[in-house]
Amino acid sequence: MSENKIVRVANAQGFWGDSLLGPIRLVEEGPVDYLTFDYLAEITMSIMQKQRMRKPETGYAMDFPPMVKRILPTCKEKGIKIIANAGGVNPRACLEATKKVVKELGLSGIKIAIIEGDDIMDRLDEITGGGEKLANLDTGEDIAIIRDRISSANVYIGAQPIVEALAAGADIVITGRASDPSLVVAPLVYEFGWSMEDYDKIASATIMGHIMECGPQCTGGNYADWRKVKDFARIGYPIVEASADGSFVVTKHDNTGGLVSVETVTSQLLYELGDPKNYLGPDCIADFTTINISQAGEDRVAISGIKGRPPTPTYKASISYASGYKILGTLCIGGPDAIEKAHVLADMVFKRVAMHGVEIPEEDRFVELFGTNVMYKGLVPALEQPHEIMLRIGARGQDANALNLLGMEIAPLITSGPPGVTGFAGGRPRATEVVGYWPALIDKKLITTHYKVEEV
Amino acid sequence: MAKVQLMEIAIARSGDKGDGSNIGIMAKTPAIYEFLEKNLTAEVVKNYFKEICFGKVTRFEIPNLQALNFLLDDSLGGGGTETLITDAQGKVHGLGLLHLTMDVPDELLQQQ
Repeated sequence: MSENKIVRVANAQGFWGDSLLGPIRLVEEGPVDYLTFDYLAEITMSIMQKQRMRKPETGYAMDFPPMVKRILPTCKEKGIKIIANAGGVNPRACLEATKKVVKELGLSGIKIAIIEGDDIMDRLDEITGGGEKLANLDTGEDIAIIRDRISSANVYIGAQPIVEALAAGADIVITGRASDPSLVVAPLVYEFGWSMEDYDKIASATIMGHIMECGPQCTGGNYADWRKVKDFARIGYPIVEASADGSFVVTKHDNTGGLVSVETVTSQLLYELGDPKNYLGPDCIADFTTINISQAGEDRVAISGIKGRPPTPTYKASISYASGYKILGTLCIGGPDAIEKAHVLADMVFKRVAMHGVEIPEEDRFVELFGTNVMYKGLVPALEQPHEIMLRIGARGQDANALNLLGMEIAPLITSGPPGVTGFAGGRPRATEVVGYWPALIDKKLITTHYKVEEV
Repeated sequence: MAKVQLMEIAIARSGDKGDGSNIGIMAKTPAIYEFLEKNLTAEVVKNYFKEICFGKVTRFEIPNLQALNFLLDDSLGGGGTETLITDAQGKVHGLGLLHLTMDVPDELLQQQ
């Protein structure tokens, strides 16, 4: 291995629903070795679970197979490998859909791997029966209170099975709930032959993954000093150039928009951060207070010096459960007296629902007057008389039919209430299921991960 | 001393952590970091966010990044999938904190 070997790992999707231009531009506009796709958030797992309940062949990131179809010829030509947690709650279905598009392309010799073992849904009774409590990590509550409502249960697994799949020659690796940074740790362990116990290097790669996990949010997106950022429309997706010693440069392709500066990268280092000395992941504990960061040229930020420690003996589990229903409708209200009228209108809705025979308890009601500092409550002075208000009205509850009565009483406000109600479109809102999220810890000894490679 | 908003001397980013949010604040110079380390305490942030954050505020220092990280417990109306509020993920909490007005020594402002 050359001393000067550089491995380029990019993030092509920061979440499910990110711009489809990200991966296309990354493979076409400059050099990349690995393209990672980070589709999953806690909310995403819940959404995928809802989809799988309705349609068993879904439950994964459905953007992924068509994207593979779009970019795979270029990836094959340039030797770019793909690692994606596109499998969601149904990696096998994602594998089948991906195999199908590879066949449609007429390509052969493409090895696709899936990683399994993160899904513990069918093992919950065995796991809790064996003494693992799976108590709520935030509240300490006993899992028994949601046991009969659980709809999915997955653990955030680490890089090791992905490394094995790459060693087996995989061109595309599809995971379920692999942790976000592990998608970046794995190719570097594979390429540089690092030990999984070389914790400083594993922590460096974990922090690379953390920096890139929201795509262009480290290359100028969502940056407070936004006027310094060039050409947002063509913002470059992030690339790390990693070296064998674990140091790396954060950058983006030449001639793309955005900004890679100490400030834009530091902003993302701070994103969703807890205790900076103890950034917990399945592969290591990374210490953010050991990061050396400096500008190393235009749109190039160098990072080194990162220290890591062995990971904890537990994985984090992400469990989702049915948590009733919610409904939300919006209406726009023009002044004068927009605030006062919005309160009258909101009151009308709940009174009319009551006239249908359904009393929505006070604590389940939701009324928000957007335009009155709902996002900045108490932080900045509010306008006394805004000329326009958006009324966001809804409720939580266990009975979807009862909530749908509320959805039917929103449009009638236009003709039967105070004047100036407008901006209602899209039909009656309907109640949607709420999927609750239950974080817990589980002993690593209880989880066995494995990979499977199929060649098309 | 000059009365300035935090946005003139720092940048911010925020996001969700369960039913709470985190706000990362990065000082624009090392001297401003020292000033913020002394003056932008967890108590100041808790008091400023008293109509949004109903839990405790914890502060962590990251001097190598010229940054402070605040965790605001119970600040998202239930959090994640459960709540109906507009900013269910605390995305604008960082910009909110940048509106805080502080008494800043003039020499810190001149160095920028």
